[in-house]
Amino acid sequence: MIKNISNLGDAALYCDFGNEVNKSINSQVIKYFKTIKEKKFEGINNLTPSYNKLIISYDLKKTNFKEVKNYVENINAEVSIDINSKKLEIPVCCHESFSMDIKRLEQILKLSREKILENFLNKEYFCYMTGFIAGMPFLGDLDENMRAQRLETPRVKVPKGSVALTEQFANIYTFESPGGWNILGNTPLDVFDSSKEDKPNLINPGDTVIFKEITLDQYKNYNE
Amino acid sequence: MSKNYLDIIRPGINTTFQDKGRDHLYHIGIPFSGAMDNRNYLIANKLVNNNLDSPVIEFAYQGPHIKYSGEKINFAVTGDVIFSIKKKDTEIEGKCYESYQIENGDEINIISTNKSVYGYLALGGELDLKFQWNSCSINTKANIGSNDGKKLDVGQRINLKKINSNKDIKKTNYINTKIENIRVIKGTNFDYFSEEGKKIFYEKEFTVSKLSDRMGMRLEGPKINNILNTNIKSEGLIKGVIQVPADGNPIIMLSDHGTIGGYPKIGVVASVDYDRLVQISPGSKIKFKEINLSDAETLFKLYEMETQNLLSQI
Repeated sequence: MIKNISNLGDAALYCDFGNEVNKSINSQVIKYFKTIKEKKFEGINNLTPSYNKLIISYDLKKTNFKEVKNYVENINAEVSIDINSKKLEIPVCCHESFSMDIKRLEQILKLSREKILENFLNKEYFCYMTGFIAGMPFLGDLDENMRAQRLETPRVKVPKGSVALTEQFANIYTFESPGGWNILGNTPLDVFDSSKEDKPNLINPGDTVIFKEITLDQYKNYNE
Repeated sequence: MSKNYLDIIRPGINTTFQDKGRDHLYHIGIPFSGAMDNRNYLIANKLVNNNLDSPVIEFAYQGPHIKYSGEKINFAVTGDVIFSIKKKDTEIEGKCYESYQIENGDEINIISTNKSVYGYLALGGELDLKFQWNSCSINTKANIGSNDGKKLDVGQRINLKKINSNKDIKKTNYINTKIENIRVIKGTNFDYFSEEGKKIFYEKEFTVSKLSDRMGMRLEGPKINNILNTNIKSEGLIKGVIQVPADGNPIIMLSDHGTIGGYPKIGVVASVDYDRLVQISPGSKIKFKEINLSDAETLFKLYEMETQNLLSQI
């Protein structure tokens, strides 16, 4: 449930669901997100669900904080809404040409490459949110012994398709972008496709993702 | 083959097509985009008898040099911009907030913005552009929008689908006012900062860094010390949010910002000041001034009334 609603500036509501990051709190966030999105309240122009927060921004020409807050407070997000979550398999190639941070991970986690891959692959991860760059999924939770901090100095360019880890989360860089996560592999799959306007994101909040290893040859032939 | 088109002789530094932007996409990681200075965008369209949500050419600092081919068309430039119009053998200095008529072979040379950042060039007609999610706005980060999501390039040709039949010449006397005091509303992580840090935020001057673009405005100056945590659990952002990373230098999120961020939010720029904020050029000094939500709402209402009033007089 929403613990507190405050204003983020003069054109957004900041709905706080608590400080913890877990599936149950995040599912609440997603429920509110989907309920409000379906109802199309006049003036609300964006909803950003994250681990444990929901930001609702609105057009100040059409509505204001008081109206939107009142609306959100009286929403019944408990009604059963179809979360419609999918289970997806993501091919990932962990060849040395892709796993740029494997040495660093071996050192930090004190695990061998084989053990790191074994711990990471073939497990179910929950998509908490998407964003930062278009379509980037934030997936969790990694095993306790797989948690590493961000790089001290972020890379200026992380290659498109990079599968990377930080703390309890994995993500996929949908575009070449700056970034500080530990890169473990690369997927040939297009996780974001702007030509599909109705469904540009392959992975959406609430979905479950499993990474399956592919060889370099399979990677090269993937899109042929 | 369109018979009315523009050839880009020089694209300028950061020239894109922009319109009202796109909404309902934050949750998949796509920001609003759209014209940075919304008021100047609207005025540009009104001056050439376009619908107010028509695409225009936005430029920053140095603008494009364009050659026009086709039947007569009106154009107008808004912002604080130095530009010239070349017709056959004569070249005249252009004035912002006035529409001009050009014909086959004429050139528009947008030399630069003057002590500001963004300017707008509207053509009285319909540019032939690709729309994605109801907007042609170019987001170069995700390559979304018209022109394959890329800045305009040299040698490029842009077609016009239609030219407005209403070719009335229009003019207005708008003057861009400059602001140094940016009004802000306290952020959701205001208490992450030391008492001294909070004081610095509201009392000291900051300098706009060269590393500012459509995504964000970076500031330099006295460091704002964080006492609780230099990171928060990643959460949504909106334009105008002021994040302070571990190095203590604030960053203001602008129209192409990343939709999720993990740095504490010390404040949010009031909507009333956004159009003027984005026009503050690198090297300029700014100060933040706290206002409450209800004042911010009232000030925005007045600003919006003023915009509508300006448009109705054109």
